Order: sequence, then C-alpha cells, then structure tokens
Amino acid sequence: MEFANSSDVGCPVFPAVELTGLSKRYRQVEALRGVNLTIAEGEFFALLGPNGAGKTTLINILAGLTRATRGQARVLGFDVRNHYLEARRRLGVVPQELVFDPFFSVREALQFQSGYFGLAHNTAWIDELIARLGLSDKADTNMRQLSGGMKRRVLVAQALVHKPPVIILDEPTAGVDVELRQSLWAFIRELNRAGHTILLTTHYLEEAQQLCNRVAMLRQGEIVALDTTANLMASSDSLEAAFVRIMAQ
Amino acid sequence: MNGIGLWTLLRKEILRFWKVLLQTVAAPVLTALLYLLVFAQALEGRVEVYPGVAYSVFLIPGLAMMSILQNAFANSSSSLIQSKITGNIAFILIAPLSHLEFLLAYLLAAALRGLLVGAGVLLAGFWVVDLPLAYPLWVLVWACLAALAFAAIGVIAGIWADKFDHLSGVQNFIILPLTFLSGVFYSIHSLPPFWLAVSQANPVFYMIDGFRYGFFAQADVSPWLGLAVALPFTLILCGVAMQLIMRGYKLRH
Ligand SMILES: Nc1ncnc2c1ncn2[C@@H]1O[C@H](COP(=O)(O)OP(=O)(O)OP(=O)(O)O)[C@@H](O)[C@H]1O
Ligand SMILES: [Mg+2]
Repeated sequence: MEFANSSDVGCPVFPAVELTGLSKRYRQVEALRGVNLTIAEGEFFALLGPNGAGKTTLINILAGLTRATRGQARVLGFDVRNHYLEARRRLGVVPQELVFDPFFSVREALQFQSGYFGLAHNTAWIDELIARLGLSDKADTNMRQLSGGMKRRVLVAQALVHKPPVIILDEPTAGVDVELRQSLWAFIRELNRAGHTILLTTHYLEEAQQLCNRVAMLRQGEIVALDTTANLMASSDSLEAAFVRIMAQ
Repeated sequence: MNGIGLWTLLRKEILRFWKVLLQTVAAPVLTALLYLLVFAQALEGRVEVYPGVAYSVFLIPGLAMMSILQNAFANSSSSLIQSKITGNIAFILIAPLSHLEFLLAYLLAAALRGLLVGAGVLLAGFWVVDLPLAYPLWVLVWACLAALAFAAIGVIAGIWADKFDHLSGVQNFIILPLTFLSGVFYSIHSLPPFWLAVSQANPVFYMIDGFRYGFFAQADVSPWLGLAVALPFTLILCGVAMQLIMRGYKLRH
C-alpha cells in the first residue's frame, strides 16, 4: 500500500492547521467567535461540540466553502484565501451533508474528483479506495442508486482521492453501519500512522476517545476546552462524562 | 495552471449535456426549424429585407444566432444552479481550480452547446434553402463571440439565482427581449424611430447583424462597428462573471 508522505508535501515547520482569531457571522448568528487553534502535523484531533456549536462552519472555512468574517485559517502554512490553491491541494474534506452528483457512477465520481486535483493517472489508488471502503460491487452503480451509508463511503473516498496530508472528516460515521464504521476507522488510523493529520467531528464521543490524541470542545462558537484526551479524562470516567461536565459549566 | 483540472471540469460540463443530446441540442434545433416553417410560410413573398434574398433565407442566420444565445445561456445557468441546489458544487469549490479555470470550464462548455445547436440550425438551413456563405470567418467570429457572451450571462445568472424561478425570470425579462429586439425576424430599419434606437443600443443586434453579414455580404451596419460594440460587451460580461467567482458571491457563503 502506498500513502503520500506528508512531509514531502507540506513544510514541516508549519502546523497542519492554524486558526487565528477566526470569526464568522451569518447575519444574526455568531457562528465562530475568535477561535485560535493549532493542530500539529500527524495529530489525530477531535473537534467536539453540540449541534450548532460551529464545527461545520470552522471546517468549511478551512475547505474554502465559507469565508471567515475575521481572522485567518492556514493549512500547512498556506492561507486558505491568499494561497487557496496550495491550501486546497493539501486538504481532503468529507462534508457533513450527503452530497453527490447524480450524473456519475461511483468510479466516475472518483475519477472526476481526482481530475479536479490535477491527477490524470490515479486508477490504482482509486481502485484501492473502492476496495478499502467496501464499494467494490457498487463501483459502476450510479450515485443516485446508493443507500445513504454507501454515499457516505463515496464521500470519504472522494476526500482521499488526492492523498491529502490533512484530512478533515465532518461526522463521517453518521448513518454508517457498525462494520463499515470499524473498517473506516481502521483505514483512517492507518493513514494517520503514515503521517496524515486527521481532524474529525463526531457526536459519538467513544469514537473520539478511542481514536484521538487531542480534543477541542466548541460551544456557541468558542473553544471551551482544549487538551489531550488523557488530560480531559483525568477526572472523568469517559470523554463523554468530561464533555457533559464542561458543557454544563 | 491546473490544466488537467480545467480539462476535467470542462469534460464534466460537456458530458452533462452530451448525455442528453436529444433535449439539449436536437430539441432546440427542432424549435428553430418550427419558427422557420411558421414565419417563412406566413411572410414569404411579402417581405424582402435584402434585395434578392427570400425571407426564409434571410431568417435562417437570425434563428441560428437566437439558438446559440439561448442555449449557451441555458447551459451555464442551469448547470450552476443545479450544482448549487444539490450541493455538489462543493466538490468543485474545494478543488485547486483557479477562479479563471472555474470560469473557463463553464464558459467553454456552454459556448460549445450553443454552437452545436447553431450548427444544427444552419445545416438544416443549407439543406432546405439555398443559403449563401459569403464570409465563413465572420460567421465563425460572430457565432463564437455571441456564444461566449451568453455563456457569461448564464454564469452570472446561475451564480446569482437561488432557484430555477429566478433563471426563468432572467430568461423572460432579459434574454428574450434582448433577442427579439435585435432583428432576428426583420431588419431594424423597418422599425419606427423609437424602436430603431432601442435596437441600436442592443449589443445582440450587432451580433445578429454581423453574423448575417457573413452569409449575405450585406447588413444594417459594418461588422467592424459591430465588433467595436460586441467585443467590449462580451469582455465586460466575462469580467463580471470573473468578479463574482473571485468574490465567492453566493458560492462561498
Ligand atoms: N449558511 C448559513 N446561514 C446562516 N446561518 C448558518 C449557516 N450555516 C450555519 N449557520 C449557523 O451557524 C451556527 C453554527 O452552525 P454549524 O453548522 O457550524 O454547527 P455544527 O457545530 O456543525 O452543528 P452540527 O453538530 O449540528 O453539525 C448555527 O447556529 C447555524 O444555524
Ligand atoms: Mg456540523
């Protein structure tokens, strides 16, 4: 198996993700209020928070799908506005919404996504993604005919098609069955060991507890806790207990 | 420059209409031919716009041009709004495609569809009547320029619109008046002074007039004057579309 070695893509002196004073306002709603956050290369990082806390907003700003009202966001040192091409090449995003292009089969969706990233000959990796995500017997099925969980798998594959050094997963296991959930995390862990930085959001806190070395908790657009998983759990039985305690404060 | 990225997006946009050629190319050609049949039947022999040119022959380039404009517009606008509504535009927005590459892919695919429909109408025209072709290069220049201009209007409208209703609004209140007040069906010199002035202020008039010049070697105004109007018009439209994309207007919230 071949994985991109992240150190030959991004400059190691820069953090994988760096947010400084990041704010986002949608008309009346302050979705993010001056978030500062640095995620080092190679981390497996969880971004937790209740519904509407601003997790997706933060991710969308990194992906360039949303623009910050104030502050900066950088991916491996590249500002997502001023150096958007460099930043996007280094980033793979699994969106929270189950979006798909009804014109394509699974394989076509991956081939086109690969092409957008400037990769013409990527068949071996696409085949591997299809196999690893349990999509082999659906490879030539139209996207419209897939179940929700299957669509989610394709979204994961699409995010990985250019072997990005930084991988962001916005609730990747929502609506996914137990078997895939386990194989998906095994796969993501493997990518993390190979040097890819992982940032994930999830409402299944036991997942975060098992996988992530560091956690940020977001509430109403502000970071209210930021520490290693071990430290956060020092005075609680589980990450979930710590989360409930912190959110109640 | 992400050449592969541009080519991939362009190919996707072309495939989008290519997979349904019957709707996207054959149907508009048929529509234009029905116009031809009805108008030529009704007006043949009664109207002679250019000396020695039968009305049905006069009409064909105008109809071809109208088809080019409408289909170039329809392609970029409907593709963008569809992707926005379904959300799959995100796949393109997160890709390392420059603003210019994004714009070019939508413009070129839309222009190509417009040109294919236009070519279909002209082919049918050559087959049905004795259509002259005085300056093929002028024909090509005007076809491409018009296709590009309306592809750009389509990009602007597709970005601006939040739902399909908004697009039909643009179609009915901008595209249709622009094309009908441009001399598709007549020479504008047959119009009363007010409508003559309106038509002369309409860049589409110069497009159709110049296009016709390519066939008949006669027109209402010089094709060079037309170019002096239509070229800046097209460039401004492309510039506006580019500005919207650069700002992320209604694309990157
Ligand atoms: N396009 C938008 N327009 C207006 N308000 C928005 C928009 N997107 C998000 N918001 C608001 O911003 C806030 C943060 O939303 P966001 O989607 O980032 O939350 P989240 O933490 O991802 O929640 P969830 O766990 O439900 O996915 C919410 O109050 C939401 O209503
Ligand atoms: Mg969310």
